[in-house]
Amino acid sequence: MSDTKKFLYVNRKAPYGTIYALESLEVVLIGAAFEQDVQLLFMDDGVFQIAKGQDTKGIENKNFSPTYTALGDYEITKMYVSQESLDERGLTIDDLMPLTYEDEDDDWAEKSSIIVVNNAEIAALMEEQDVVLSF
Amino acid sequence: MMLHTVNKSPFEKNSLNSCLNCAAEGSTILLIEDGVYGALKGSSIADKVQAAMGKVTVCALGPDLAARGIADKVIDGIKVVDYAGFVALSVENDKVQAWL
Amino acid sequence: MATMTVNGKDYEVDEEGYLLDLSQWSKEVGEELAKSESVDMTESHWEVIDFLREYYDEYQIAPAVRVLTKAIGKKLGKEKGNSKYLYELFPYGPAKQACKIAGLPKPTGCI
Repeated sequence: MSDTKKFLYVNRKAPYGTIYALESLEVVLIGAAFEQDVQLLFMDDGVFQIAKGQDTKGIENKNFSPTYTALGDYEITKMYVSQESLDERGLTIDDLMPLTYEDEDDDWAEKSSIIVVNNAEIAALMEEQDVVLSF
Repeated sequence: MMLHTVNKSPFEKNSLNSCLNCAAEGSTILLIEDGVYGALKGSSIADKVQAAMGKVTVCALGPDLAARGIADKVIDGIKVVDYAGFVALSVENDKVQAWL
Repeated sequence: MATMTVNGKDYEVDEEGYLLDLSQWSKEVGEELAKSESVDMTESHWEVIDFLREYYDEYQIAPAVRVLTKAIGKKLGKEKGNSKYLYELFPYGPAKQACKIAGLPKPTGCI
């Protein structure tokens, strides 16, 4: 594909109460096959999707949280997380899973994909996209 | 006595807020599904939950806490129950109000 | 529901022959699935199958071909990390065929 577009997936729902989080993840994985510039934003209850230590054995749901840690392999290297949303929930970046990618241009050094952003930065982020997908 | 269940995230719906406003003294509130986010320590609604704990008993369903990775981040004094505990609460209380 | 029989035991599969419960997988089941795909299993095939099962165990997804190729190259050596090598082993698509033999669900966004 010659034209690379900037895609932003906006994730705003908690992981298990509704199907949005899983649906978004599946679309992200399908979309990744088309080699576009894909970025994810976690805000509002969406920050819970990447919370550390999820264990779904007791609720008989598939625990799809490990899949977020594979997204680095899919060349998704920017996962934005809303600072305001973390604050409102009493969470810090340490409560999130480490999400990393290997930087091709830096001898495959492992780097964090997580970028914490405030509301003004989220506004700017949305403005610079070609396509915004909301879940 | 009345058992109140809340299954929506307090950050997305006002269910927990309304429940805390309307639950009578001595009643029990059980947080289930996304409602368990209301048990999070240090959140914007934690103070209100904590204040209510003087007059009502607040419980949260353990498997739902574990699924969401917040089992070790629960407000002190909230009672964590399993499915058998959920059943017991439903039997002990003669009425159930579900805040959907 | 379709079934597949291995050593007298029945296994449920979907309409395309993918194993429904991946925890039921064994090497014998893998052999049988390979037969249904007309793939003669060698050490090189099993290497890819083992890799796929480990990947699924860690990430809960079957990797896309592009990701699989890169990861195989890293783990098993550059000469194996290319689609030519993988298509020689699994002519009808490494992701699709190898996933089936590994007892994994059909990969999301597979081609």
